[in-house]
Amino acid sequence: MSVISYLEAGKRAVREEMQRDPTVWALGEDLGRGGVFGQYKGLIDEFGPERIADTPISEACIMGAAVGAAMTGTRPIVEMRFSDFALCAIDELVNQAAKARFMFGGQMRVPMVVREPTGMWRSSAAQHSQSLESWYTHIPGLVVVAPATPADNLGLLKSAIRNDDPVVYLEHKNLWPLEGEVPEGEHLVPLGEAQIVRTGRDLTLVTWSATRHSCVAAADALEKQGIEAEVIDLRTLWPWDRDRVLASVEKTGRLIVAHEAVAVSGFGAEIAATVAEALHHRLKAPVQRLGAPRIPIAYAPPLEDEARVTEKKIIDAAKALCLPVAAS
Amino acid sequence: MTIIQATLEGAGANLDTGRFTAMLDTMWRIRAFEELAVRSLDEKLVLGAIHPSIGQEACAAGICCNMEREDLLLSTHRGHGHTLAKGADALAMMRELFGRDGGTCGGKGGSMHIADFDVGMLGANGVVAANITIAAGAAHALKLRGEKRVVVCIFGDGAINRGPFLEGLNWAKVFDLPVLFVCEDNNFSATTHTAAMTAGPGAAARAQSLGLPAQTIDGNDVVAVDAATRNALAALHAGEGPQFLHCKTYRMTGHTAVDAAAYRDPAEVTRWRERDPITRLGEALRLAGVSEARLEEARTKAYAEMEEVYATARDTAWPDVAGAYRDVQDCGDPQVRPYS
Repeated sequence: MSVISYLEAGKRAVREEMQRDPTVWALGEDLGRGGVFGQYKGLIDEFGPERIADTPISEACIMGAAVGAAMTGTRPIVEMRFSDFALCAIDELVNQAAKARFMFGGQMRVPMVVREPTGMWRSSAAQHSQSLESWYTHIPGLVVVAPATPADNLGLLKSAIRNDDPVVYLEHKNLWPLEGEVPEGEHLVPLGEAQIVRTGRDLTLVTWSATRHSCVAAADALEKQGIEAEVIDLRTLWPWDRDRVLASVEKTGRLIVAHEAVAVSGFGAEIAATVAEALHHRLKAPVQRLGAPRIPIAYAPPLEDEARVTEKKIIDAAKALCLPVAAS
Repeated sequence: MTIIQATLEGAGANLDTGRFTAMLDTMWRIRAFEELAVRSLDEKLVLGAIHPSIGQEACAAGICCNMEREDLLLSTHRGHGHTLAKGADALAMMRELFGRDGGTCGGKGGSMHIADFDVGMLGANGVVAANITIAAGAAHALKLRGEKRVVVCIFGDGAINRGPFLEGLNWAKVFDLPVLFVCEDNNFSATTHTAAMTAGPGAAARAQSLGLPAQTIDGNDVVAVDAATRNALAALHAGEGPQFLHCKTYRMTGHTAVDAAAYRDPAEVTRWRERDPITRLGEALRLAGVSEARLEEARTKAYAEMEEVYATARDTAWPDVAGAYRDVQDCGDPQVRPYS
C-alpha cells in the first residue's frame, strides 16, 4: 500500500492505461500544462503532445471528435474541465456517443471516457458546482461512475478506460487533495459494484462521491448514540448495485439515500423507488432522501451551504428514522 | 487547392465515357432507390421520416467514386445517395428503411441512421452538423494511427449555421487532419431558404476564413464534382490539411417525402429541373458518342434492380424483438426486472 491523493490516483490510472494500450489518448483544454487541476501534469513529457492533446475551447468538438476517434480504433479520454461545461457537448454525448452502437445495429463500439470534474468546490457558484449525474443515468448507453476515494479513482478510472462503451466519469473537485491508501501494482475496481464502507444493523445509508465522507462521519457519530448505520458507496451509478443495496435494506429495514445533487429527480429517487417496490413489506420506516433543495448553487458561503447535505443533516434524519432504536 | 474548371458541357468529345457511364449508372440507382422509397409511402412501408436526395445525385456519385472502400464517409439525414455510392447494399438499405430484419442496422436505425462500417460509411446523422465533429475525430484517429486513409464529411447548407461547423473546421485545421468537408447546398434549411438565414458570403468564405482551401462548384455537374473531389483528395494525401468543397445543387422534393414543398417558387423549381444532373450527364455522354441503348440501359437496369430490392424488402420479416435490448451497452441490465 502507498498513500496518494485522489488527484494523483486519477493520473496514475491514465498513465498506466496509456502505457498498457497505445490506442489510449487524452484530449481537452490545457492538458499540455497539466489540466486545470493538474490532474494530467507531467503526462505530456511521457506520452507527447499527440496523446496528451491540447484542444481549443470547443467542448462540442472535443466530445464529437472523441466519438469519431472512438469509432476509428482509438480509446479517447475526454477532459471536460468542469462537468457544467459538458452541457455544451450534450448532443455529442447523448445523441451520438450513447446511441451510436445501438442505432447502427452493433456494427461498432464507442469506447470513450468523459472525465467531468463535478460538485461543490467553495464559492465556484452556479455554473461550476453542479452535480448532474442523474441526467446521465437516464440515458441508455452510458455508464456513470462517481468515485469517492483515491483507491476507487485509480481502480474505477482504469476499468472505465478499458470499457468498450462510453463512460461518464465524475470526479469530485473537492476530493482532489484527499489522501488515502492505494494498492501497489495493478488495481482494478469493477464497474457496477458498490462498496460496503461500514456495516450496521439499524439503517442503510446509500451514497456516492463526496457525500460518502459525510455519511461515514455521520455513521461514526451515530454509533456513539447507539445507532449502527451501514454505509454503502455505490461508486457506479449505472449500472448500480441493486443487489447489494436491497440485501442491506432487507437486513436493516431503513434507508436513507444521501447525495449532493438536487433531491428532486436526483438519482436517490431511483433507489428509493426500487427499494419501495421490492421491500415495502420489510421497511420499518419510510425511505428518506437527502439532497440539495431545488436552488442554483450560490457564491456566498452561507448561501452556498444551504445546498449542502451536511453530516448534521444526515445524523438528524437517521435519528428521526431510528427513534425506537435510539430509545431502546 | 488548384482550381479545376472541368465541366460537363466543356468536356465535349473528351469526356471519359467509361468513367462517366459508370457514374450515370450510380446516379440512376440513387434516383430509382429514392423514387421507390417515396412510392413505398403508399403502402406504408417506410415508417418514419425519409429525406430524399432526388436532384442531388451528382454530388453523391462524383464524390464517392473518388474514395477507396476503406476511406471513411459521414453523411446526413439526407444520406441514401451517399451511402449507395459508397458501396452499401441497396437491399439492406431498403430493409432498414422498412424497419426489417437484415437491414443495414438490423432495423434499429432507419433512414436517418444508416451506417455501413464494412464500406467505410460511418453513419447518416439525424442532427444537422453533428457529423462534422465526428468526422474531425475520425480523421484525428487516422492521423494518430499513422494511416493513409482519408475522411469525407458531407453536410447540408443548413449546417453552416450551427456551432459544430466552426468547431469542427477549426479543429481539423489546427490539427492538420485528412478530412474533406463538403457542403452539399440544396438551397433549403428544412423548409426555409438558407440564403434568408445566412449572413455573409456563405459556406466557402467561412471555410476560407479558417484557412481551408475552398472551392464552390456546380453540384449538378458530375464532371465538376468528380474533378474537384479528386483534386481535394489528392491534397489530403499530399498532407496539405483539410479541404472544403461547396457544391451548389437543388432538392427536387420537399424536406421530407411527405412535404409538398408549396413554399417554393415554381419558376425556381422549373429552372433547376432544366439542370437535372442525370439529364445533363446523359446529354453529355450522348454527345461524346455513347449509344442510346447504353444510356437507356443505365435507367432500366437501375429501376429493375430497385423494384426487386423493394419487393424483397417488403417481404422480409420484422426483426426479432430481443434486438431491442441488444447493443445498448455491455454493463448493466436494460430490462427493468421485478425483484424476487
